Amino acid sequence: MSIDITQFHQTFFEESFEGLDVMESGLLELDIGAVDSDVINAIFRAAHSIKGGSATFGFTNIATFTHAMETLLDEIRDGNRAVSTEIVDILLQSVDCLRDMITAQRDGEENDQERIDQLQKELDTLLGKEPGKDVSKQHTEDETGVENALPSEWIISFTPQPHLLKTGNDPALLFRELQSLGDLEIEADTGKLPPLAEMDPESCYLSWKLRLRGDAITEEAIREIFSWVEDDCDLEIRNASSEVRGGEKRETEKTEERVGEKGAPPKKPGKKPLTPESSSIRVSIDKVDTLINMVGELVITQSMMGNLDGDFEDFDHARLEQLREGLSLLERNIRELQESVMRIRMLPISFVFSRFPRMVHDLSQKLGKQINFEMSGEQTELDKTVMEKIGDPLVHLVRNSIDHGIEPPEVRRQRGKPEMGSVHLNAFHKGGNIVIEISDDGAGLNKERILEKAREKGLIEEDCQPSEEKIYELLFQPGFSTAETVSDISGRGVGMDVVRRNIRELGGNIDVTSSEGQGTTFTIRLPLTLAILDGQLVRIGRETYIIPLISIIESLLIAPGNINSIASKSEVYKLRDEYIPIVRTHELFGTRADSDNIEEGLLVVIEGDGQKAGLYVDELLGQQQVVIKSLETNYQKVDGISGATILGDGTVALILDVEGLIGMSRRPRGNKAQQEERAVA
Amino acid sequence: MSSVSDSTRLEISSDTQADSSQYLTFLLGGEEYGVDILRVQEIKGWDNVTQIPNTPDYIKGVINLRGAIVPIIDLRQRFNLENTQYGPTTVVIVLKVRNNEKERTVGIVVDAVSDVYNIAGDDMKPPPDFGDIDVEFVNGLATIDDKMVITLNIDELLNTPAIAESAMTTH
Amino acid sequence: MASILAVDDSESMRQMVSFALKNAGHTVVEAVDGQDALARAKTNKVNLVITDVNMPRMDGISLIKELRNLPDYKFTPILMLTTESSSEKKQQGKEAGATGWLVKPFNPDQLISTINRVLG
Repeated sequence: MSIDITQFHQTFFEESFEGLDVMESGLLELDIGAVDSDVINAIFRAAHSIKGGSATFGFTNIATFTHAMETLLDEIRDGNRAVSTEIVDILLQSVDCLRDMITAQRDGEENDQERIDQLQKELDTLLGKEPGKDVSKQHTEDETGVENALPSEWIISFTPQPHLLKTGNDPALLFRELQSLGDLEIEADTGKLPPLAEMDPESCYLSWKLRLRGDAITEEAIREIFSWVEDDCDLEIRNASSEVRGGEKRETEKTEERVGEKGAPPKKPGKKPLTPESSSIRVSIDKVDTLINMVGELVITQSMMGNLDGDFEDFDHARLEQLREGLSLLERNIRELQESVMRIRMLPISFVFSRFPRMVHDLSQKLGKQINFEMSGEQTELDKTVMEKIGDPLVHLVRNSIDHGIEPPEVRRQRGKPEMGSVHLNAFHKGGNIVIEISDDGAGLNKERILEKAREKGLIEEDCQPSEEKIYELLFQPGFSTAETVSDISGRGVGMDVVRRNIRELGGNIDVTSSEGQGTTFTIRLPLTLAILDGQLVRIGRETYIIPLISIIESLLIAPGNINSIASKSEVYKLRDEYIPIVRTHELFGTRADSDNIEEGLLVVIEGDGQKAGLYVDELLGQQQVVIKSLETNYQKVDGISGATILGDGTVALILDVEGLIGMSRRPRGNKAQQEERAVA
Repeated sequence: MSSVSDSTRLEISSDTQADSSQYLTFLLGGEEYGVDILRVQEIKGWDNVTQIPNTPDYIKGVINLRGAIVPIIDLRQRFNLENTQYGPTTVVIVLKVRNNEKERTVGIVVDAVSDVYNIAGDDMKPPPDFGDIDVEFVNGLATIDDKMVITLNIDELLNTPAIAESAMTTH
Repeated sequence: MASILAVDDSESMRQMVSFALKNAGHTVVEAVDGQDALARAKTNKVNLVITDVNMPRMDGISLIKELRNLPDYKFTPILMLTTESSSEKKQQGKEAGATGWLVKPFNPDQLISTINRVLG
């Protein structure tokens, strides 16, 4: 029965990458001089696991390399070595190197042996030992017993201490093992057996004299069998051909081992690891258990309702009550089940955040800026898909803060600020959304320069003096970059417009507030999940539609006096001090509203793509969370519609694509006619 | 159309002969059409649909089929046949269709479900040039009990210009 | 066959141990750290515990101590998985009440022959 252990390699690679991320973030967190034991323990544990796994799976080079790191970390952990910047740097480089080694192993590629050897040498030098010592050797007994191979008879005197059974060892099993070496004679000494009344059934009172005969039985083989109990018994092994050897030598060895004894405190969990972006998802056992429990409850409810089945002729009031109760129970079960299933897709945002400390560390060194980088709310959970897509925009924003926001130390000094700038990344839940803030105490946005730039680029009219809000809005326009020198950090052509587009694609939005000289804060709001949205149900004619609540600014009764038409083609509505276009959804969709006279309806003011518009609806219905279903699964993308959902009565309602509708209302009509032509052709 | 087939009429059964397939037939404008029964997911009564804006008229809309959003196609309108009122026998046949390597579920509205036949491959004749419906939707013709059954290539049938286009371009 | 609790914070090790044990016909309860193991040991009475030593939340040594305090686990064999370098850990484990140990790295065959030592 041999097992192919290569099937566990993938898991090993994945968990090793996670471990490396834990090590990296831990190393960045280590304070030089005052080592936090939780942090160093987490780093050590990660290295230890990688070493153990790589040795088990036969990746000797990885095991050897990790062993050197582990030894160094162990010294730090035990307080035998102070943490220096140099050590942290070497360890960080080693983490990178190890990551490459594991990647190479996974992909069957060549290692950069030169780099490995170089780092290994540096580690070994730090440890003060000869380079190249192999650590992956199997556990072997150092003593030699080989010369005693021939004698064939051993006498073993085995006197267990009373507590032996409480270690889970059973003398009978030891004897069974000895029997596998040769012929065994067993003689029990019952002399110490107390009277029954005084006997503790959990103690061992017996001792044994054993005679073992066989070919080429070594003392080592016998000692190996007793190795687990040697501390819990008096053991004497004699070669029957009168060569006497006791166990005293071992005793001294053990006392030495005992010297370093220390209480190992229970360890606190390290930082949540980062998983490579893949289509699989790791779910904590708790979440799965919760699900299983809920399904259990569902089954119970079902069987309860099943009992109501049968003769409907005499379906009395009592059973109706039971049915009603069952239904409400079912409703609760299902709602809880839905929430739990959704929660499976939720992961703590630390999966994204964890990459930042290293990035900030490297970036600030490169730019010669001093940054105190803080993160909070790492445990805030959000949908895995959202998580995967928010990484790049966040990287861009954090880079921006460091590159453009935080001033160089000398400038900060001149401005009377501490030389060390701070950047804060924060995540929290707020009313069904997740909010991520990136704030810095840097120079703030320079409104004048933004305006100048916008005029230069022709984004606004020369004489236009927009509001502060509008000025910041310009930042998100395509092709806008305020950096005076295009550094290789932020100025890579990816602008804030891309950042905003990415966030919008996730159903979120981004705002900026800034105070000149004091700093800038970018605030991202994201839906908790892409699978569910908070919707406003509206009715237009006979159809019910859903408008994402996040897009709605307000809803109002149409005041006829506020409607103006432009060139008798398009209509605008005067909303306080601005004019917003009116979108007649039913006309875009080729359906009918209650009345052609829109003055009888309502206007839902929506915002999409930085544009406001008023959507005409006949009636506002309720607000509810809806599960988003794609129309494209079985049909195709439809303009102005982002998806569909199933309402409580089982019918389908379409979800309006706010940006799409605004776009459609600006385009000349004729879509429908064209499609019909195509269909007929 | 003089070919006389010796196909045997079967009850719905698993008794399928080698090299022959079972077809579910339905009526549409007095003619009998057949679809491969393995593609039929279920048959359900006509119910209200949710209209989808700016789609061809033959797309009646979408329904909720146990949580999936499934488009419903009126086959009469698809074939440019005369419209009739939906009646008590009007049914929706839910089919699995494949195009562009994607499997979709769609419903077709037909006048009535007719029967299940076993049609041997040899008994299928290639379609002549039709005048009234697009020949691309027709797989072949089979004669059963002196009736003609038009077997449909449903993958092509539902490969509407709109769907085909959406599969190729992104909006 | 036996019901075995396999405790390791490393998923790959856990998978391998669990697979080897199941392959040998045992039923396996998995736990990701000492606390998890303790909770699972209380709800599933197992015949053998195999635990890693170095784990978050509660390490293997503390787990062994806790288990030995439970009436159900007074005599249950508990094996710890240690690395070759940690004879000190072995000693701590023994004092906490471990039955024996298995030295990493090991292969599935070594694992099976070791557990056969303690399963009667």
